Amino acid sequence: MRFLQSTIGLKILMAFTGIILVGFVLVHMLGNLQIFIPFQGISGEAAIDKYGYLLKSNAVVLWGARSVLLGAIVGHIFAAVKLTNRSNAARPRKYELHRWFSDSYAVRTMRWGGVLVLLFVIYHLLHFTVGVDAALFTEVKHCGPLEGGAANTCFVRENVIRGFQQPLISGFYMIAQVALGLHLTHGVWSLFRTLGFTSQQWSERSRILAMSIGGLITLGNIAIPLSILMGIIK
Amino acid sequence: MSGTLNFTLKVWRQNGTKDSGYFEEYEAKDISEHMSFLEMMDIVNEKLEAENKEPIVFEHDCREGICGSCGFMINGQPHGHKSRTTTCQLHMREFKYMDGGTIVLEPFSAKPFKVLKDLMIDRSAFDRVIQSGGYVSIRTGSAPDAHSIAVEKDSADKAFDAATCIGCGACVASCPNASAMLFTGAKVTHLGLIPQGQTERYSRVQEMVNQMDSEDFGHCSNFGECTLACPKGISLDVISQMNKDLLVSQFKG
Ligand code: HEM
Ligand code: FES
Repeated sequence: MRFLQSTIGLKILMAFTGIILVGFVLVHMLGNLQIFIPFQGISGEAAIDKYGYLLKSNAVVLWGARSVLLGAIVGHIFAAVKLTNRSNAARPRKYELHRWFSDSYAVRTMRWGGVLVLLFVIYHLLHFTVGVDAALFTEVKHCGPLEGGAANTCFVRENVIRGFQQPLISGFYMIAQVALGLHLTHGVWSLFRTLGFTSQQWSERSRILAMSIGGLITLGNIAIPLSILMGIIK
Repeated sequence: MSGTLNFTLKVWRQNGTKDSGYFEEYEAKDISEHMSFLEMMDIVNEKLEAENKEPIVFEHDCREGICGSCGFMINGQPHGHKSRTTTCQLHMREFKYMDGGTIVLEPFSAKPFKVLKDLMIDRSAFDRVIQSGGYVSIRTGSAPDAHSIAVEKDSADKAFDAATCIGCGACVASCPNASAMLFTGAKVTHLGLIPQGQTERYSRVQEMVNQMDSEDFGHCSNFGECTLACPKGISLDVISQMNKDLLVSQFKG
């Protein structure tokens, strides 16, 4: 049997790529929260700027990580699209009336929520990683020498603050985080089922884990644009 | 009359697999609240026959909740809104709250479940999934001595719960992906968890998943609608068990 062609094989692919993406999103959020660490000294660099430079300084590690993430996203979306098409074809006649038994919002937003997250990821990369200025209604300063030419750094803090002072950009980021959080409150639970953690204990444990991760990601990531809009970080 | 109810039935009529189908409304008058849903259908059909009209075709056999033939969608849910109940075991008193209202009846919808007529569908895809599971290598002939094969209590219970599946198709009907994983998972689990099912355990799961996929059922999103719709309350765990067995089977050659 062609394992990766089967419905279950594709779901297992979604689960493994999902784990990689969840791991990344968690670490990424912790990294971003460093923006709350105040400046050190008078002319010192912000912690997040140092961290940004550190990430970008080793090309091999950087591109290695990027390849894994790109592979995970491609695999995840490939499986999502394939399974969604299959699912649509499996019910040619729509019901006149269909009532759900459960009322979970997260399960119903997996697909559109996923697409929103994808659009967000694209915008986010163009915004901070590629740094396309004009098209994105903000200006981005690329990594380079610090004022006075002493050392190289990345201007993460400055870029983030400039971007998020614009309500439209902040708003979009915050909506996307809600979508991502919802996606994960179902997704993380679901991946344990997909990978065969059968018992009742695992079902409960993974539900708690999924809720926590979903909530944490949403709140942690929203805290940044919100604090900037409210002038707590400036 | 006390204890009687009146409804309008909005029913899917389809004259054979090629017909495109349409909804038609019928009156169900003076229905005793003690009748089962199918008995109400019988009354409506008797009236239709008396008027020389085509009765509404629906499948039924045991009328005691064990054969699994009687399912259709009642107000958007397979076997209606009452949990753990087949249509034949559903009583009209459950519909008191909507006395005078309209009940929508339509056949289960999934690509492999062709509508044969009206509310009756072809569930032979399920039979082919079961057939694909093949045989189990057990000693037949003389009856084995009691307790000659020890079965763990936990496994015995889970295997038994899975084996209560009656193959009605409600899981497929309620699933937004029209997936047959609860059904297939139940069949895979009830043999896979007991010693008698071990010899072919990993080839069986591959064959059954293969057959399920080639029948064009959808995949599982772990939404959990199936287990809520299931008249036997088969647990979502059977799907997880099937996933695990399929994953393990990849390393068993
Ligand atoms: C980039 C756009 C994305 C799309 C289009 C997308 C789409 C989907 C869809 C449709 C499902 C459900 C599949 C199903 O069972 O029907 C799913 C599951 C999942 N997604 Fe995503 N997703 C995206 C991004 C992400 C991200 C960024 C993460 C992690 C941070 C993630 C983590 C997960 C997990 C863990 C699952 C559960 C896998 C399982 O049920 O076994 N997804 N995704
Ligand atoms: S007629 Fe047999 S289960 Fe309903």
